[in-house]
Amino acid sequence: MQLFDIIGPVMVGPSSSHTAGAVKIGYVAHKLLSEQVVKAEIFLHGSFLATGKGHGTDKAIVAGLLGMQPDDVRIPESLEIADKMGVDIKFSGISLKDASPNSVLLKLTGKSGRMLEIVGESLGGSIINIAAIDGLSANFSGDRPTLIVHNLDQPGHVAEVTSMLSHKSVNIASMQLYRENRGGNAVMILECDQEIPESAVEWLKKLEGVVKVTYYSLIPTGGSL
Amino acid sequence: MSYRLLREILSDAQNENLKFWQVILNDNCRENRITEKESFSKMTDMYIAMKEADSNYDSKAKSASGMAGGDGKLLEDFRKQPNRLIGDFLTKVIEKAVKMGESNACMKRIVAAPTAGSCGVIPAVLITYEEEKKVAQDRIIEALYVAGGIGEVIAQSAEISGAKGGCQAEIGSASAMAAGAVVYLEGGDNEAIIHSAALALKNMLGLTCDPVGGLVEVPCIKRNVSGAVNAIVSSQMAIAGIRSRIEPDEVIDSMKRIGNLLPECLRETSKDGLAITSSAIKIMENISS
Repeated sequence: MQLFDIIGPVMVGPSSSHTAGAVKIGYVAHKLLSEQVVKAEIFLHGSFLATGKGHGTDKAIVAGLLGMQPDDVRIPESLEIADKMGVDIKFSGISLKDASPNSVLLKLTGKSGRMLEIVGESLGGSIINIAAIDGLSANFSGDRPTLIVHNLDQPGHVAEVTSMLSHKSVNIASMQLYRENRGGNAVMILECDQEIPESAVEWLKKLEGVVKVTYYSLIPTGGSL
Repeated sequence: MSYRLLREILSDAQNENLKFWQVILNDNCRENRITEKESFSKMTDMYIAMKEADSNYDSKAKSASGMAGGDGKLLEDFRKQPNRLIGDFLTKVIEKAVKMGESNACMKRIVAAPTAGSCGVIPAVLITYEEEKKVAQDRIIEALYVAGGIGEVIAQSAEISGAKGGCQAEIGSASAMAAGAVVYLEGGDNEAIIHSAALALKNMLGLTCDPVGGLVEVPCIKRNVSGAVNAIVSSQMAIAGIRSRIEPDEVIDSMKRIGNLLPECLRETSKDGLAITSSAIKIMENISS
């Protein structure tokens, strides 16, 4: 743990896992969707469902989806703000398989109709893990710029992505590969030390065999607020 | 983060002829490749956020559960009464600890130090110190590095979350951190700093995490008071020359082992302890109805 995880972070209470972590999950999801959320179906699991209300987990997740960070003093009013913006929000409970106690499944629709489904886990402190994207396993914290590429399970896609990163002088901190089955849907997740230029992300989207490209940038966008 | 032992901090301080807080500052700069000025300014931001949280206390705010809110105002009024048993300094520490704990429960902006549940301990002690002793703010920032260094060692070698180590890991850690910080401010040497932390932590060993309804309210808010007051009295013992008979790093190890032995029902799950008392059940019924 770093010094400013011990003295810090500055956050809206009451709980680093149930409030700050929940904001962060929402925020990462909103960044991954990369456009304003117009519809959010929020499925709370485990302790998020059991004690979420008292911890403001519902408000926290919505605040994040609107682009707020964990220290935003508007978090307690996020539900009203979302309502005024016309964002369609629905909460329900769920029992997710093999999920950590503080988990949430988010089904999001953006302004242009883009859809995203993620499972986020709050691991304590305000550390989070994105455990699934669009039904496929994932594993990243939102602490680094992260590239998520859904592609068909064919030879060559990893090379295409990594050589692009090499060309842009982006160093890879961690890399994970998952697939549903041989020749089926696959996903690669790359956490990087530098930001990836937008043009390079766009270039990837045009490659044959690449189904979907999602990029999580650390650069704040100010959200949809 | 390179320190797993308080003794390592002390030996680096001695070898490099630095103060405790400077060792932690340097370490932070190395780890994050930032300048001393950048690190110091970030720590200053943390302290200013603590002071803002303290002065923004809203006596009318209530938590979503209805359990928390308003006690800080009672203490504010109490402080104005003549013939109190305890002096202004300690009375103020108690008041600020409760206020911060309540603000956290009421979804206000606070500084986790080391956790949100224990966010009242360090500011209660340090803001009161600055106000009552009229010291320069930079001295308080230095003391925050001392607190942070102690907290880092505890996080490395034991735990700082209630779910893993019980309340001793949250309020206990915060109390140990504040206890070391006060000794630094009062001019104690490095040996006194780590013994103050050890004395404070020893008093908190075994403390369970059994909050009503799983919420950071009961008993958490008032535990911040005991953590803060315990930090002050431990610092006074250390400055008087009292040393922990158990080596400070061994106290931290003990905290870890005790945490591992705590049953799951007493580690933030609210399955036993205060959380299943008749009073708690009644409160929870009122909330859900």
